[in-house]
Amino acid sequence: MSSSSSSLFDVLGPVMIGPSSSHTAGALRIGRAAGMLCQHIRKAVFYLHGSFAQTYKGHGSDRALAAGILGMQTYDPDIKNALDICESRGIAVEFVPTDLGEVHPNTVKVVLTDDQGVEHSLTGCSVGGGEVRIVDIGGFATSISGEYAAIVTKHQDKVGVIKNVVSAISDAGINIVSINLSRSQKGKLATAIIEVDSPVDEDSIQRIRTIDKMVDVLAIKSF
Amino acid sequence: MFKYGFELAEHCQKNGLRICDVAVSHEMQVSECSREEVFKRLKKRRNVMYSACHSTLHNPVSSVSGLTGGDASRLYRYSGEGSPLSGDTVARAMCYALSCFEVNTSMGPIVACPTAGSCGIVPGALFAAAETLDISEEALLESFATAAYIGMIISKNATVSGAEGGCQAECGSASAMAAAALAEMQGGSPQQCLDAAAIALKNVMGLVCDPVAGLVEIPCAKRNASGVAGAILAADLVMAGIRSMIPFDEVVSAMYKVGRMLPEALRETAKGGVATTPTGLRYKKQVFGE
Repeated sequence: MSSSSSSLFDVLGPVMIGPSSSHTAGALRIGRAAGMLCQHIRKAVFYLHGSFAQTYKGHGSDRALAAGILGMQTYDPDIKNALDICESRGIAVEFVPTDLGEVHPNTVKVVLTDDQGVEHSLTGCSVGGGEVRIVDIGGFATSISGEYAAIVTKHQDKVGVIKNVVSAISDAGINIVSINLSRSQKGKLATAIIEVDSPVDEDSIQRIRTIDKMVDVLAIKSF
Repeated sequence: MFKYGFELAEHCQKNGLRICDVAVSHEMQVSECSREEVFKRLKKRRNVMYSACHSTLHNPVSSVSGLTGGDASRLYRYSGEGSPLSGDTVARAMCYALSCFEVNTSMGPIVACPTAGSCGIVPGALFAAAETLDISEEALLESFATAAYIGMIISKNATVSGAEGGCQAECGSASAMAAAALAEMQGGSPQQCLDAAAIALKNVMGLVCDPVAGLVEIPCAKRNASGVAGAILAADLVMAGIRSMIPFDEVVSAMYKVGRMLPEALRETAKGGVATTPTGLRYKKQVFGE
């Protein structure tokens, strides 16, 4: 906290379930981000890296991640029962300590399987104080904090694609917070991560999908 | 907001304000909300903290790791039956701090204040003192605002993260926040509040962060108990008219510099201090296996 707009409640807060903001609250938020990708979860596998891999049991990161995919908030007293709740809802949960390579010391890759057998994956880092960064969603390289809703596009790197995406968002009366562009190679596949002040409605997402040279679109709510 | 304590004290003195008045006005401004709304939000956190500070006094719980638990109820029973040397207020404040911390380690709801690892200190000290001094609910909420404002100044000029500055930055900051609030609760001037904060922080200067097995548990719980005691002692010193010989802002700056000088092994990595004692390592094995 360094801005002059700091709130008393940055210090007196957040209200959370302990014991560790990065291993519990942060883990839950990554789980919640993943849970938004998948309806009717049947199976959840968590690949735990670094500090998560070493301390997840003692810090309750396992229960927090499970609570996250169930959509709980960081202050839900039911977090400690999340593994039982998953079992009672027929969700098979597995934790796999692993090495995800050159990533943040607190990183987890979540792979969820729905009732149609379709897999949805997400990788997130818990960067401290309950803050997180989602770095990959189903192969989309991202950098999302969850503070804002976001649109992530995969498209051909051609003139006018971004302009059309931005137009669709502006026409919906939605303010853009940030735009982050990257591409694999000039003229090839590119990604845009656009954070917005309010969630983009389904009609506008459909409009973005139909933009020429668009490959795929993902809408993420704040979490 | 005021970046430094001395600016805050000058402003308060010139305008006849308490730190809590400045804190509440600041929040109304940054959150663009009414005074009532600020108090509503303070009350919401107060309720979570109150519940955490009381829940394990009669109903002991074990931590998620299984290493600790039940200490708040041990001290509570002892305080009721015996007469603790530290006196009624300190003993009760330690009970509350331990209870709050046990709620944290058993995955119950707490308010990070400023962090989860130091969550027992501010509420433990403030609830106990509010009972002893018989102050109103509104005055109690104001004292939480004062504690938070002191925490903001420390965050702005130093750090409240154990990984960055050691335990002095977490439990030390919490103790300083509580000390200032306790001085104000007793009618201390803004300068006395800052002096109390400075004394509390000075007294744990250099305290390392050395969590056994990397868990926020051992020795953190006892440092929460010690943090409330330190805050109460500091408030008593300033209310007696004793000044901090080193100004608050300079103590905060020194704490930050000391934190930077601490080797990484002593900043929440579990690679030094009590974490690597033979017993600390045995606990680690007990929780995580080989």
